[in-house]
Amino acid sequence: MQILSDFQLHRPATVDEAIELRAELGDGAALYAGGTELLLAMKMGVLDYEHLIDVKRIGGLRGIELRDGALRIGAATTHREIETSPLVAEHLPALASLERHVANVRVRAAGTLAGNLAFGEPHADPAALLVALDATVELAGSTGRRSLPVEQFAVGAYETELGEDELIEAVVVPLPGRETRAAYLKFQVLERPTVGVAAVAHNGDAPTVVVGAVDERPIRVEANGDVGDYVDAARAAVDPVDDLSGSAEYKRHLTGVLVKRALEAIA
Amino acid sequence: MRVDGRINGREHVLDVAPSTLLLDLLRDLGLTGAKPSCELEVCGACTVQLDGLPVSACTTLAIELDGRSVETVEGLAPSDDRLHPVQQAFLKHSALQCGFCTPGMVMSAKALLETNPAPSRDDVVHWLEGSICRCTGYEPIVDAVLEAAGAMAHG
Repeated sequence: MQILSDFQLHRPATVDEAIELRAELGDGAALYAGGTELLLAMKMGVLDYEHLIDVKRIGGLRGIELRDGALRIGAATTHREIETSPLVAEHLPALASLERHVANVRVRAAGTLAGNLAFGEPHADPAALLVALDATVELAGSTGRRSLPVEQFAVGAYETELGEDELIEAVVVPLPGRETRAAYLKFQVLERPTVGVAAVAHNGDAPTVVVGAVDERPIRVEANGDVGDYVDAARAAVDPVDDLSGSAEYKRHLTGVLVKRALEAIA
Repeated sequence: MRVDGRINGREHVLDVAPSTLLLDLLRDLGLTGAKPSCELEVCGACTVQLDGLPVSACTTLAIELDGRSVETVEGLAPSDDRLHPVQQAFLKHSALQCGFCTPGMVMSAKALLETNPAPSRDDVVHWLEGSICRCTGYEPIVDAVLEAAGAMAHG
């Protein structure tokens, strides 16, 4: 069986304690919540840390609440808690549906949304929809707190804007208006999505379309004409590579198909 | 690290290294129903319930048991000559062949029925996505879970 190399586990009780640990331990430490990505990478020897900082026992980091016109999802909230949250079902059904189809039920029971964003795995579902919904991450670090759009936070494959002494406190999704329509559609044959497309339209405005899982980060599609314009723009905007999920040409084709279907779903 | 948790209803105080995986801890205690297989959270053969929800024991740290409760297939049968309704339904529907995936399937099914006592066929299929059987096919497994739902509802 695969084994993990030894590490020390830290269980800070507050965000400030966690930040201090981050500052003190530097890149020898990783933040740990669900572990669904981190422990896999550590078992395979891709990542190696001497310290894990468990954020699950930090008060106030778990749960979903309505605050200042937004849904605030604490960083230690699991995919399953989001999937089954009455607040999310009422205000952001597209996010509830996305969460219901993340990985499998075991990963959803342990893995967190913030952890998913922080790990920066490009072949993942949440980032595309969060970008399309103008979601932000609230970060806490030794020099204070800041808020960043998810679109800026996600830099590339396994690369984010998270500072070495920072952690995500919450993912904040502005409440859509009553006339907002949102959808996330994906194509998937293996454990991770081949292509995922989010489409959001407010009050009949030109829709926002974001393609996820194809490139190293979510790709915003710049177009404002009819469905065909979005399809063409999306196919031109993505830069797929051949891998086990399919050839570059196939993924570009799927991107066009899913953009069309996502726009039809919110029409 | 000290871990104070329940395994199949019994209180355990254990001293485990942080890097110990829950699957290794359980198997070293003789609870070998959960199987090491893909070790990537993909196949479901190591599924156990942690505070009621299914998790991959291969990718869960043993220290997560602290203050919590884990259930494995060994804890299901109420006595030596009686099976849990999920086990009984798997037997009736021949929902197993080699049996390697069965403990994980059974634990996952039990977790479903505890959170959703009256699932539709689609609910069962969706829940069991990510639990892989390489011999018997999935239809009898889904039939068994639906039968168990009925049996559990009627006490």
